[in-house]
Amino acid sequence: MSVISTPEKLRVTPDAIEEAAKLLYIRALKILPDDIKQGFFRLDASETDGLARSVLATMIENIEVAERTENLLCQDTGIPIFNVQIGRDVELDGWALKQAIARGTERATREHPLRSSVVHPITRINAHSSCGAHVPVINIDFVETPRTLRLEMIPKGSGSENGSFLQMLIPADGLSGVKRFVVDAAIKAGGKVCPPTILGVGVGGTSDLCMHLAKVAATRPLGTVCDDVEGAKLEVELSEAVNALGIGPQGLGGDSTAFAVHVEIAATHITMNPVAVNVQCHSARRASATFTPEGVVIGF
Amino acid sequence: MAHHTLHMPCTEADIRKLRAGDTVTLQDTLFGIRDATQIHMFDRGRRTRFDLNGHAVIHTAPNVRKVDPSNTNQAGYEAVCIGTTTSDRMERFTRPLMEREGVRIIIGKGGLRDDSARAFQELGGCYLAVIGGAAALETTWITAIEDVDMDDLNPESLWRFAIRDFGPLIVGMDSHGGSLYRDVQASVESRRAAVLAKLGAA
Repeated sequence: MSVISTPEKLRVTPDAIEEAAKLLYIRALKILPDDIKQGFFRLDASETDGLARSVLATMIENIEVAERTENLLCQDTGIPIFNVQIGRDVELDGWALKQAIARGTERATREHPLRSSVVHPITRINAHSSCGAHVPVINIDFVETPRTLRLEMIPKGSGSENGSFLQMLIPADGLSGVKRFVVDAAIKAGGKVCPPTILGVGVGGTSDLCMHLAKVAATRPLGTVCDDVEGAKLEVELSEAVNALGIGPQGLGGDSTAFAVHVEIAATHITMNPVAVNVQCHSARRASATFTPEGVVIGF
Repeated sequence: MAHHTLHMPCTEADIRKLRAGDTVTLQDTLFGIRDATQIHMFDRGRRTRFDLNGHAVIHTAPNVRKVDPSNTNQAGYEAVCIGTTTSDRMERFTRPLMEREGVRIIIGKGGLRDDSARAFQELGGCYLAVIGGAAALETTWITAIEDVDMDDLNPESLWRFAIRDFGPLIVGMDSHGGSLYRDVQASVESRRAAVLAKLGAA
């Protein structure tokens, strides 16, 4: 076996990762991405229910107040999730990366300060660090983009995360079983998940992958479409179906139940038909940092 | 639909005037309460030194900044961001809050269920809906953190907030059996079959 080294590598120091993790957690809690703001204006233009329109107006006012006062959009600082995309030609110590993300998360929590929403699941003790076993959640993916490291931060609030559902349907349940499950999940979640939502649907995979896909779908920017043709068709059908239920913003009735339904699919076993739902609330927060040889770009 | 201004604490007669769909603005005082606060109060027999009689409680666990207690800030906390959490998890505490502590108003998001509706009807209480997730705005309605009990449960302590023009809030459940949540739920159930038929999934 030989070891190969090449000159053209991107190196990002653990200190830079730590600073980015801290900055992204605070930024995500304060500034909503433009696609979500536009989503609000689209819903507001088409909403026919009077109470629902006033609820949407309050949500839009909140976005403005948060930016003007530099305050958090929502008090729920969530479970911190970091999605890391590592491009080709990035030289990285993976262990140091994980440590740096946790340190940045803890510093954001203590220095801002933020409410730590993370406790030990059995003792319920809060370390006031937003960290604990396996938290922050860190998802790592490897992508083709050369010399690029992308860090995406998603604070996942509990109101919406408690509206997560998984069902291991069987092949005989078919696609109609999948659709029925999603509609019933939306009904069960009702107003508790802070609608209007992005409803994330995972179809296929294993149980854990299916749930992960639902989360990926729920946190995908508005306007993006599933890259599978069948999945994309399902997005349109389910979005129309969920909004026809009349749950409305905050579950108080109206047309604006979901900004969109997003679907992600994975191949599955011949004897399996898994479906999962994960919800992103109306405060659909995210922030990102992209490192390249030219520097770092902060965005959504 | 009428708009009401209520000064805290209030009376049963004040509550009986409210109807589901009305709006309410609260003045003076508000208590913050959460899952752990109520688990300690009602499952573990812990008593609060606060008098909640005739008062409103809001389902919240705030973001706060610890400061040195002073004459003007005896609690030793400043608000960073205070917002409202999902009420459904705390359904079983409505009746003990009203019967034992005399609470008249519960504020939250997403609504409460039938047991709470019966308690509101029998004992003269109501549920006021705040817009969940709109915490930056809600924080501007809170003028100070006046006091805190069960500090060890932070952020799920029992907080006493001074408020000014807190609202408008929507009467989600009234003391006459009215509930916007039950009405919406019934309407959603009635639409379900048509929605599934259109999907080819009936």
